[in-house]
Amino acid sequence: MQIDLRTVSIKPLRNTFDHLVRRFGDKPASRYQEGSYDIQADTNLQYRPSWDPEHELHDAGRTAIVMSDWYALKDPRQFYYGAYTLARARQQEAAEASFTFVESRALLDQMDAATRSRALAVLMPLRHAAWGANMNNTSMCADGYGTLITQPCMYHAMDNLGVAQYLTRLGLLLGDAATLEAGREAWLNDAAWQPLRRLVEKTLVTRDWFELFVAQNFVLDGLLYPLIYGQFVDKHLNAHGGAGVSMLTAFMSEWHDETRRWIDAVLKTAAAESAANQALLSDWTRQWRGRAAEALSPIAQQALGASAAEVLATVEQSFNDRAAKLGLTL
Amino acid sequence: MDMSVKKKLGLKEKYALMTRNLGWEPSYEKREDVYPLLDYEGIKIHDWDTWEDPFRLTMDSYWKYQAEKERKLYAIIDAFNQNNGHLNVTDARYINAMKVFLSAVPALEYNAHRGFARLGRHMGGVGPQVACQMQAIDEMRHCQTQIHSISNYNRFYNGIHDWKHMNDRLWYLSVPKSFFEDACTCGPFEFIIAIGFSFEYVLTNLVFVPFVSGAAYNGDMGTMTFGFSAQSDEARHMTLGLEVIKFMLEQDPANLPIVQKWIDKWTWRGVRLLTIVAMMMDYMLPKRVMSWKEAWEIYFEENGMSLFKDLARYGIKVPDCVEQIKKEKDHLSHQAWTTFYAAAPMTNFHTWIPSDDELDWLSAKYPDTFDKYYRPRFEFFREQAEKGERFVNPNLPQLCQVCQIPMLFTEPDDPTQIAYRQSEHDGEKYHFCSDHCQHIFDNEPEKYVEAWLPVHQILQGNCFAEGDDPSAPDFDPIASVMKYWHLENGRDNGDFAGSEDEKNFAAWRGMTTSNT
Amino acid sequence: MSNVFIALQTNEESRYIVEALLEDNPTAVVDEQPAMVKINVPGTLVLRRETVEEKMGRPFDLQEMQVNLITLSGHVDEDENEFRLSWND
Repeated sequence: MQIDLRTVSIKPLRNTFDHLVRRFGDKPASRYQEGSYDIQADTNLQYRPSWDPEHELHDAGRTAIVMSDWYALKDPRQFYYGAYTLARARQQEAAEASFTFVESRALLDQMDAATRSRALAVLMPLRHAAWGANMNNTSMCADGYGTLITQPCMYHAMDNLGVAQYLTRLGLLLGDAATLEAGREAWLNDAAWQPLRRLVEKTLVTRDWFELFVAQNFVLDGLLYPLIYGQFVDKHLNAHGGAGVSMLTAFMSEWHDETRRWIDAVLKTAAAESAANQALLSDWTRQWRGRAAEALSPIAQQALGASAAEVLATVEQSFNDRAAKLGLTL
Repeated sequence: MDMSVKKKLGLKEKYALMTRNLGWEPSYEKREDVYPLLDYEGIKIHDWDTWEDPFRLTMDSYWKYQAEKERKLYAIIDAFNQNNGHLNVTDARYINAMKVFLSAVPALEYNAHRGFARLGRHMGGVGPQVACQMQAIDEMRHCQTQIHSISNYNRFYNGIHDWKHMNDRLWYLSVPKSFFEDACTCGPFEFIIAIGFSFEYVLTNLVFVPFVSGAAYNGDMGTMTFGFSAQSDEARHMTLGLEVIKFMLEQDPANLPIVQKWIDKWTWRGVRLLTIVAMMMDYMLPKRVMSWKEAWEIYFEENGMSLFKDLARYGIKVPDCVEQIKKEKDHLSHQAWTTFYAAAPMTNFHTWIPSDDELDWLSAKYPDTFDKYYRPRFEFFREQAEKGERFVNPNLPQLCQVCQIPMLFTEPDDPTQIAYRQSEHDGEKYHFCSDHCQHIFDNEPEKYVEAWLPVHQILQGNCFAEGDDPSAPDFDPIASVMKYWHLENGRDNGDFAGSEDEKNFAAWRGMTTSNT
Repeated sequence: MSNVFIALQTNEESRYIVEALLEDNPTAVVDEQPAMVKINVPGTLVLRRETVEEKMGRPFDLQEMQVNLITLSGHVDEDENEFRLSWND
């Protein structure tokens, strides 16, 4: 909200910067526009990167996706740093209140021992999956092209770290450092977790940053979050005295819904750009969906037992519907 | 169920569980494929786990404190803009410092954002990765808060209407641009010495502390707030830079010569870059807090030297260039301002001859050099201007191949002699402003021959406006280059005296203080 | 011995932090600049949570200092009770 406190009214010479006038016409620009459009250098770049001499420092050629204007990939949330941190600080305050509430009311004690250990068995190894997501989004920020995509990728990476840290706090509240260690051990050695770890490690060596975006943000997290936080925590655990856990992972569900709007907008715009993009994105989605569904199956098993296959199928179905809405053909 | 009382974890233990405990050694993929950038610079790291985290911010605290900073900052920017705060600055010449700032700095911050993202992904341990990631997101903050704070000046004053376009093209802006592109194209370890250590630790204090304090002194609350607010993040960044240096030096004695070489190179690169800040402090702040030389003595000689003394136990030596730097502090700002004054038609900010009391201030602050070498020059400029023959350098200056600054620096021991150095590579001659820039070139000629030097590019015909035909009989090369830069001749450039900025500011300020 | 320093924005909160710093670091020297206050201490500077809390009359998390911090110099060592800056020379 702007309150007019001006003592004198003087007419400005111009509304905003020329590069924004060229894009949006001669009118005042938003802070998102000022802080995001055309900021990355794209002209007269000097020196070849020693870490990638095939490309320029900022180079659209680090992905097979082709865009005539990389600044078409608008973030519908219009997050610039200030808007982003304010949004997260509000969520953090709510999360803090939930942690206090759950702890002070001993809400986690409402779970029986079996439910409790199942919750930990499923959630603790996911700290590491979230760290993998963090590394991948950081990588997309480093390799991406144009501020409009590098900036939200960095926010997303920090969110991934936040998720890993919320899970850590949850583990410490439900157990102690040994609880985290058990989750780590499962991530490293339990048969049920190896397909997922193998998949995450495969993303860590995937070099096309847009493919990585599809693999990590769209496919893997697009299946994992609804499965784990939607189905397992909010439905299954909730029904078994685990409302406390559900409160402590509210950030994850909310965050998934919010960030999904951004991910969808990026994919929809890129797919609509050309038939080649559409084919490539569809192809990547198909390949990674197959791998991700396979990797999540033993975890769904552990989380949901007999109903796992059915729930996973539902999750996959709604993922497929989502992909179709974005213009992908699977 | 387990009802035993839990041991309360300390900050350090808790932070370790929140960060480094998240990582793992890959086994399905090879470590060198997951972290492919760690070996090629020759730095040997044996145990990433011995990394010590300096600041231990988890994301929840990060969001909380950063949001608080942002709330304060934007409240001040909004109030400043809504009250026409730009009319409360000491005088409109000050705004030219902000033009230089916007033209040069946010683009650097953006490159730092990308560079630290690369390290955030590619460092070999979670501790340094997370610290680099926080810096990557902070740098986006700095880029944006700078644009947002200065944006209102663009609505009322000339010169920065197309700052991003100019940043990639205008001659003097290739100095900061090439500095960061140089750093970002280095390997990860050199990058962090360049930016995290030399730039952040040794040098940013000079930009963000005395200069920003000067902005406050000149009534610019918006700039003061973004400057100080940014520097509070820098405190984390500087600490990261220092931590990485110690870490490299502790890991393997073979790292020492490599690190020393980088420190030498980047201290010099950074000092050259700060030439423009020297000029901003001594000439562009109508009210002065301290001279460049004084700031330099506090933040470089005292503070920077404490740092080098501290690192001596690892075998790090004070860079050789420091000898020359000491000699230059009495000259730098004057040489830069006279160069820009003489190049006034080609810059996107206004220049002026200091007033008498400003000349006296400069004499007092630089007793050994100002009256002897520089005051006569300004008096000459003034005489010329009064005769209607405003002094302008008619030639395009030769640029240093490394720092890209015009040849304006004098020999360290003879302030009357411009320094020139020259090297040959592959049968071509290259020119430098100093021994140290020459030395940097000689160590990596393949890199520095790729420099995009604006003057060379102009002479080669690569900087004419699209559609202009250099073979046409009425072709005006200077006008065409200005068009290529998007520089509005007669509005953006030239003298402050008589400029549209000067007239508008006087008229608007009149409106705030009278009823007509 | 080299100086370490910390600089804070001049405002109501830093006032108490500065008071605490002066109490805990008898050799501290205050340097007031426009909109900022810089505290120089030879060798080592310590900020104690308890001292700040006494001055402020409320609980204080040392990381809150981030909000008013401008810059610092020296090696940082921080835990929940103390924030310490030092040079090893």
